[in-house]
Amino acid sequence: MPEKTLIEAIREAIDEEMARDPRVFVVGEDVGPRGGVFRATMGLWQKYGEWRVIDSPLAELSIVAIGIGAALNGFRPICEIQFADFIHPAFNQIVNEAARFFYRSGGVYNVPMVIRAPYGGGISGGLYHSQSVEAFFAHVPGLKVVIPSNPYDAKGLLKAAIRDPNPVLFFEPKKGYRLIKGEVPDGDYIVPIGPAKVTREGSDLTVFAYGMMHYYALQAAEMVAKEGIDVEVVDLRTLAPVDKATILNSVKKTGKALIVYEDNLTLGYGAEVAAILAEEGFEYLDGPVMRLAGPDVPGVPFSPPMQDFFMPSPQKIAEAIRRLARY
Amino acid sequence: MAVEVKELLPITQRHEELGLADETVLQMYYHLLLSRRLDERCWVLQRQGRVPFHISGIAHEGIGVGAAYALRKGFDIVHPYYRDLALSIALGMKPVEFMLALYGKKGDPHSAARQMPSHFSLRRLNIISGSSPVATQLPQAAGIALAEVLKQKLRPQLEAAGFQVSREMRVVLTSTGEGSTSEGDFHEALNWAGIYKLPLIVLVHNNQYAISVPVWKQMAVKRVADRAAAYGIRGAVCDGGNVLEVYQVVKEAVDRARAGEGTTLIEAVTYRWTPHSSDDDDRTYRTREEVEQGKLRDPLPRLRDYLYRRSLLTQRLEDELEERVRAEVDEAQRLAEEAPYPAPEEALAPVFATEDRSGWWGE
Ligand SMILES: Cc1ncc(C[n+]2csc(CCOP(=O)(O)OP(=O)(O)O)c2C)c(N)n1
Ligand SMILES: [Mg+2]
Repeated sequence: MPEKTLIEAIREAIDEEMARDPRVFVVGEDVGPRGGVFRATMGLWQKYGEWRVIDSPLAELSIVAIGIGAALNGFRPICEIQFADFIHPAFNQIVNEAARFFYRSGGVYNVPMVIRAPYGGGISGGLYHSQSVEAFFAHVPGLKVVIPSNPYDAKGLLKAAIRDPNPVLFFEPKKGYRLIKGEVPDGDYIVPIGPAKVTREGSDLTVFAYGMMHYYALQAAEMVAKEGIDVEVVDLRTLAPVDKATILNSVKKTGKALIVYEDNLTLGYGAEVAAILAEEGFEYLDGPVMRLAGPDVPGVPFSPPMQDFFMPSPQKIAEAIRRLARY
Repeated sequence: MAVEVKELLPITQRHEELGLADETVLQMYYHLLLSRRLDERCWVLQRQGRVPFHISGIAHEGIGVGAAYALRKGFDIVHPYYRDLALSIALGMKPVEFMLALYGKKGDPHSAARQMPSHFSLRRLNIISGSSPVATQLPQAAGIALAEVLKQKLRPQLEAAGFQVSREMRVVLTSTGEGSTSEGDFHEALNWAGIYKLPLIVLVHNNQYAISVPVWKQMAVKRVADRAAAYGIRGAVCDGGNVLEVYQVVKEAVDRARAGEGTTLIEAVTYRWTPHSSDDDDRTYRTREEVEQGKLRDPLPRLRDYLYRRSLLTQRLEDELEERVRAEVDEAQRLAEEAPYPAPEEALAPVFATEDRSGWWGE
């Protein structure tokens, strides 16, 4: 199998879905001739033309709203928000509109659309090019929230998202775009939205993570393995709807849980995983459910030492694992 | 209001010159009357404590009926707002369909009794579900219209894949109040409309108020329609109490949109003489004299007057129509009162679709 980067896998998924279904189109800022600021749509405008790769005006609210309208009228929009940090002007259209259309029409109007956005820190992006926004949206019934951690999943999950009859938010760990490589088959396959995945089997404790933090969690697991700590790693992959069974089954086996995310700690996605474990996995637990996340400050600072201080890293994850393993 | 009105404003257009048959104007009158009587009944039911809430389309019927007749019914697509009772009625909504929503009863076709009343949504009439946050429908309507452009541009690929594209574009009509044009959604929608020459009509009901806030606190320009220039689209104003004028102006906009000439921003001027909703008391923010003035714009007596002048309506026919409409409203109320409530657990679904039913394909 050929090895590809995360961004290549994403581009390949979009390309193949556009070839497969003429209703699929891309809309967003700079997605056309430029191919997106991260090059996710590179070459697609040249290949599919200006009516299928639409350079939008600089207006996120309507990138999403146009997508909703086109989806209602039979198309399969892939709306690109240039950075997750700029999704907030579209919050109303996503949360009040896309998420609620199906329910509020009694199941008559479904909105088959994908909203892609690069997210996450550690790339010298400061407060407004580093944000993690998944928890806002995972809170809202009617939205599916997907975050791939590797190229194989990215391609398969994005294809599943494009074919899904519901609005899917697809957040991409941008630090991993070129850093994370992996084997990706040419041609069609799907990774279903929903199931989490045990990506490393272990018996002492479980680390739950997604996106870039999952990549780091695997590294941390290797570091502590040398010290005799046998870590299981679960890639949550689909944040909403959450895969409770995989979460609970893993902790049933290991008895301990650490959740790692790069969002601010408080009310981040890890809070929900912790709540699930407290409520439904209480008998399995041999230690406190721990969270490792960004501090509760309004953003990832630009200056390198402050940025590093903010971001969870393989070393910090390894340290948290050691603390938890002591119980 | 800008212009003092002394008496009911006469309708000066002649329907035959607009291409409307005698029966059609009479049918318009019937739809106006039905909407008005249904609306009045809803107020009564709310005041009697039989239903929790009503938001009225009174004074807006001329706009809704005029616009509905200008559209190709069952082909064109509408994304309306909560004052569009008459638009929905004229497009084919049955009174009972409104009443079921008013009561929150099982069988409400708009939202399965989830939304507050007047959130119109009827797939068979191409009426798209709206929410309560104002103006959100406008950029979505632009997206629906963009899809119409895409269908024409991508016809060969789409048809090769089995998606039938209609010979002509569907025109999308969306509506909102003048206050809601202050939202950013309005700006973004019109911006797209201009750039892509979308087959879209943005119909603004200017009833002079957004709850209590008068139009002059909403915008510094005199006319909502003046804003069209900033987006490179057409602007047009019509008297919302004159159903024939509304028809004329919307019809021209529909024809242009279908011909690929782009979007028209239409401002239909009216005056809301009811409170904003059954929860509002308008005595705190305007005088009774002003309200009485506003009633002189009433589309119903103005159309009635026109029909008498043109000898299309007689006292007998008018009485017959009133009787017929009353019976329809009575029947709708009875059916809604007799209908059961949804089972409580119906609140749990449907959150996610398992199959796709989106899109308007074919003719
Ligand atoms: C985003 C948003 N803000 C506030 C409200 C509360 N609200 C409902 S209707 C309304 C006034 C709307 O006025 P206008 O657009 O002129 O429409 P009209 O009711 O006069 O037809 C307000 C403030 C709302 N529904 N949505
Ligand atoms: Mg108003």
